Amino acid sequence: MAGSEKSSLSKPRWLLAELTYACPLQCPYCSNPLDYARLGNELSTEEWKRVLSEARALGAVQLGLSGGEPLTRRDLADIVAHARQLGYYTNLITSGYGLDDARIAELKSAGLDHIQVSIQSPEKLLNDKLAGTASFEHKLDVARWVKQHGYPMVLCVVIHRQNIHQMRQILAMAEELGADYLELANTQYYGWALLNRDHLLPTREQFAEAEAIAQSYKEKVKGRMKIYYVVPDYYEDRPKACMNGWGTTFLTIAPDGMALPCHAARELPGLDCPNVRDFGVREIWYESEAFNRFRGYGWMKEPCRNCPEKEKDFGGCRCQAYLMTGDMTDADPVCSKSPHHHRVAEAIASAQAPAADQPLVFRNARNSKALTG
Amino acid sequence: MSLQADTLLEISPLLRLQWEEAQQRHVMLYPEGMIELNETAAAILELCDGQNNLTSIVEKLEQKYEASGIEPDVREMLESALNNGWIREIIPQ
Repeated sequence: MAGSEKSSLSKPRWLLAELTYACPLQCPYCSNPLDYARLGNELSTEEWKRVLSEARALGAVQLGLSGGEPLTRRDLADIVAHARQLGYYTNLITSGYGLDDARIAELKSAGLDHIQVSIQSPEKLLNDKLAGTASFEHKLDVARWVKQHGYPMVLCVVIHRQNIHQMRQILAMAEELGADYLELANTQYYGWALLNRDHLLPTREQFAEAEAIAQSYKEKVKGRMKIYYVVPDYYEDRPKACMNGWGTTFLTIAPDGMALPCHAARELPGLDCPNVRDFGVREIWYESEAFNRFRGYGWMKEPCRNCPEKEKDFGGCRCQAYLMTGDMTDADPVCSKSPHHHRVAEAIASAQAPAADQPLVFRNARNSKALTG
Repeated sequence: MSLQADTLLEISPLLRLQWEEAQQRHVMLYPEGMIELNETAAAILELCDGQNNLTSIVEKLEQKYEASGIEPDVREMLESALNNGWIREIIPQ
């Protein structure tokens, strides 16, 4: 498992390039770090191209172009063209804000493979409230343009307590827009979503009802639309196999060049993640302490160490363990074997009665600076 | 879905078939996912180029691998690919 045994280490398959933290939207469930407004300069076009080339040489083949809102980068088509020429399958993960017919055509001719558009709610009022921007009609237009340009239409809706009651309308909207894939992503509680958890975490009953509706719709649209359902792990009794295992498959590069084993890992104290401005991607993947920190099973404590399921879930999510127990080597408290499992129950109980004096905090630069000053 | 022997086949426009040097195998790429192919599946899918049908794919593979009687296996693989949406039939207008 250690960096010295390179041949036994798997290679990255997935590169998530967070091109920028700039975003015209203010979604309160954003997974970006709370202190994003204080982080360093974005990588330049040439730096991104070098990172893409190095990661591709290592074996990365799926590329997510994300952010923030990646469309705010004027060099996006240039970056896409470079990625496509290297043989990446290029996925643009966008709010759609800033996309028009001409820009889609530009990205298409650069070789972009697919556009995933996120919509906050099938209802204009709620969509615009959650996004913090009047963007609903434009998003519907974007979804139609994406389809017209011959792209697979991938619609993403992040699910939480503010919109979970709209599951039927969400599914109907996806069908009407001709979505080929619908991603129903139950909110994961990191970054801004964790800060706003009391306003976002649905009840067990709400989850059960929404999931039943989504599952029965799967049958109805079989062969036309694929529905991906990202499970709400707070209501599971075993943790997710986070990132398919630390440092095995996923590599995230943040806007400032920090290389992360998962996009939330910046929150882990003392991990000291390396920056692509200082090291090559190969060296980061194989040699860095951060990427080796939770590889294999040697780092585990009980109850993970002797757990027969450790090869299935790798002890769950390191960030969730740290955020809920204060120790990143603990079992993910979602696991019913964790001595901290009650923390999850406490979070659920707390969300039943959010404090009146704690409003939903929108993700914007002002709040970022105020919260992390 | 059963397959007509003379219908031309192509890879679905939602997917891309490509050789991965790092993995030393062909893969099928689609939005946020990847299918790792074995040599046989890759050899069959590579012939789904809009110019071939089941009959000609079987002929070419039997020639290439100096084999015979592979039609049932090829048919099974192609039907499963069709049902999974990896390939599609080109229906003449």
